[in-house]
Amino acid sequence: MASITMNHIVKKYGDGFPAVNDVTIDVADGEFMILVGPSGCGKSTLLRMIVGLEDITSGDMLIGDKRVNDLAPRERNLAMVFQNYALYPHLSVYENIAFPLRLAGAKDSEVDQKVRAAAETLELTEHLQRRPANLSGGQRQRVAMGRAIVRDADAFLFDEPLSNLDAKLRGQMRTEISRLQKKLGITTVYVTHDQIEAMTLGDRVAVLKRGVLQQLATPRELYDNPANLFVAGFIGSPPMNFMPATVEGTTLKLPFGEVQIPADKAEKAADRGLLIAGIRPENFAEASAPHARGVSEANTFEAKIDVVEWLGNETYAYIPFEAPPEVQSQLETLEKELDGETMRTQLVITLDGASQVREGDKVRIWMDGTRIHLFDPETTENLTVDRAAAGRIPQLEASAGATST
Amino acid sequence: MARTTGKSILGTWIGFIVILVWCLLPVAWILSLSFKSQDETNSGSPQFLPKHWTVQNYRDIFSNHDFLYALRNSFGISIIATVLSVIFATLAAYAIARLDFKGKRLVLSLALAIAMFPVVSLISPLFDMWRTFHLFNTWPGLIIPYMTFTLPLAIWTLSAFFREIPWEMEQAAQVDGATPWQAFRKVIVPLAAPGVFTAAILTFFFAWNEFALAISLTSTTSARTVPAQMSFFVGSDPFNPPYGQLATASVVVTVPIVILVLLFQRKIVAGLTSGAVKG
Repeated sequence: MASITMNHIVKKYGDGFPAVNDVTIDVADGEFMILVGPSGCGKSTLLRMIVGLEDITSGDMLIGDKRVNDLAPRERNLAMVFQNYALYPHLSVYENIAFPLRLAGAKDSEVDQKVRAAAETLELTEHLQRRPANLSGGQRQRVAMGRAIVRDADAFLFDEPLSNLDAKLRGQMRTEISRLQKKLGITTVYVTHDQIEAMTLGDRVAVLKRGVLQQLATPRELYDNPANLFVAGFIGSPPMNFMPATVEGTTLKLPFGEVQIPADKAEKAADRGLLIAGIRPENFAEASAPHARGVSEANTFEAKIDVVEWLGNETYAYIPFEAPPEVQSQLETLEKELDGETMRTQLVITLDGASQVREGDKVRIWMDGTRIHLFDPETTENLTVDRAAAGRIPQLEASAGATST
Repeated sequence: MARTTGKSILGTWIGFIVILVWCLLPVAWILSLSFKSQDETNSGSPQFLPKHWTVQNYRDIFSNHDFLYALRNSFGISIIATVLSVIFATLAAYAIARLDFKGKRLVLSLALAIAMFPVVSLISPLFDMWRTFHLFNTWPGLIIPYMTFTLPLAIWTLSAFFREIPWEMEQAAQVDGATPWQAFRKVIVPLAAPGVFTAAILTFFFAWNEFALAISLTSTTSARTVPAQMSFFVGSDPFNPPYGQLATASVVVTVPIVILVLLFQRKIVAGLTSGAVKG
């Protein structure tokens, strides 16, 4: 077991495009680190640089205290689970799991003991003599993991291991991976584009956009204190609502009305002109709902509900609004970066499952002004971020470094 | 619906039988000839099946030392040419499928050009060269040109197979602790086995059946192969060639080919890589 340190890692391809640009991440011994981002953000490239399948253009890659930039994959002692499993179809499940041990020249008795132990852990014992072609998707996934855990590797690397499974199986395997990692206590780097996997599995999560690290923090920190519009929009489902806003004193002017925000937040955003306000769907409630009683009347507004989606435990209500062109264009860019489609600007709010709201109703909505984030429409950075509880934000470090020198 | 299905099955069977008769009738004719005595084959109107079955032809041919030498040469030359050709083709095809290098297209086009080159046009230059290099009438003298003509096809076949194998297989092996050579030998080659066997069979057939080079680049039974040797079966009477013996020799050289195909047919299982990736 060992820590993994990435120091100013850069990967440039032949055309000079940096697929990974100056990424610094430290993975502590035994930590579960997630690399997350939309497709093309460089997360898989970064993982392949850790394992040695991709050359590093510049920067240092350290496993433990050893610089491994120039070592071949087999000399790095890492185990990897590939997105498409990459099982050896000509070998039985037993020989697939035994493959790394056989390469290392282990004795037959040792191989047998270790393979059976791994198969026991992954509940594969009854399938040991079968071929990968005769296994289900979930079983293949487990064989791929068996091949990883059978060796005493310094770290596990997962490259989107669950993306080929159906939704139900994905949930089960997610729990299984989490349990396995906690049991073995082994350093793990896990690449995914799925923010739910990122939130549920990771000790810490590194959010990447176009090869640049946006924020490196615990799931809770990412959720509560996103560094910028991109992180805020990426983490959470349904996503955070963004709307145009201006600050006057402690009053925030929104398309629906005015809300009071805490003084410290208002101060950070003072005299900035037009801003983008971000607030999560669950920070709204019906003013008449039980838990919102007694809240400040100032933070309520009247709105006409356009569409209602009832999920049983909760209800999503959609309220369209008009955004000024400068905010609109920024939101469109954001949607593109998140692999999404540009749609109408609308507010999504989560209401109680017991809510009787219907489409077309005019409802009084309460909003939690303390949970609002304010973003600069030019730089997209979060002006109201609590830096003590936001993990690492490389962009802020860079600007702080520039001003201090 | 049932009637049309019945009809189409009937049609399939008729087509099947027509093709079978078309292909196998000459073989049956040779087989039947090989069991006839010389008197019978030289009579004016020979019937299809022998009147008197005899194995005399087989006895004669296996006591003919020249034929046995030719058989030995055929086996030796074909097997060596096949093994070498497959080894070189595997390495070359792997490089072509996996590596990006300058002149890759050129190599592939050149290989194709060589495969299209008429064999006959090379005979006289080769004849002169081989006499100078003391390769005339030797095994290497035939093995080298056979390899030259079979390598292109083998390379094309194998590189198509290699391209089908997901690159992750090899990367997984490397991460598991394999050197590039181990990854190639333990993962890539077994997965490309159908391609390797296909290339091997094609090469073997070419070397086994080749006549023009075999007759021109040899002078004695020390390197002459069976197809060339058979042209020396003239018998005592120039007007009555020993058809029975020729047919027998043909049967004897066809048997290894049939066995080979039956053996390797099992190895050429399509979809061997199924189950390697995804679900």
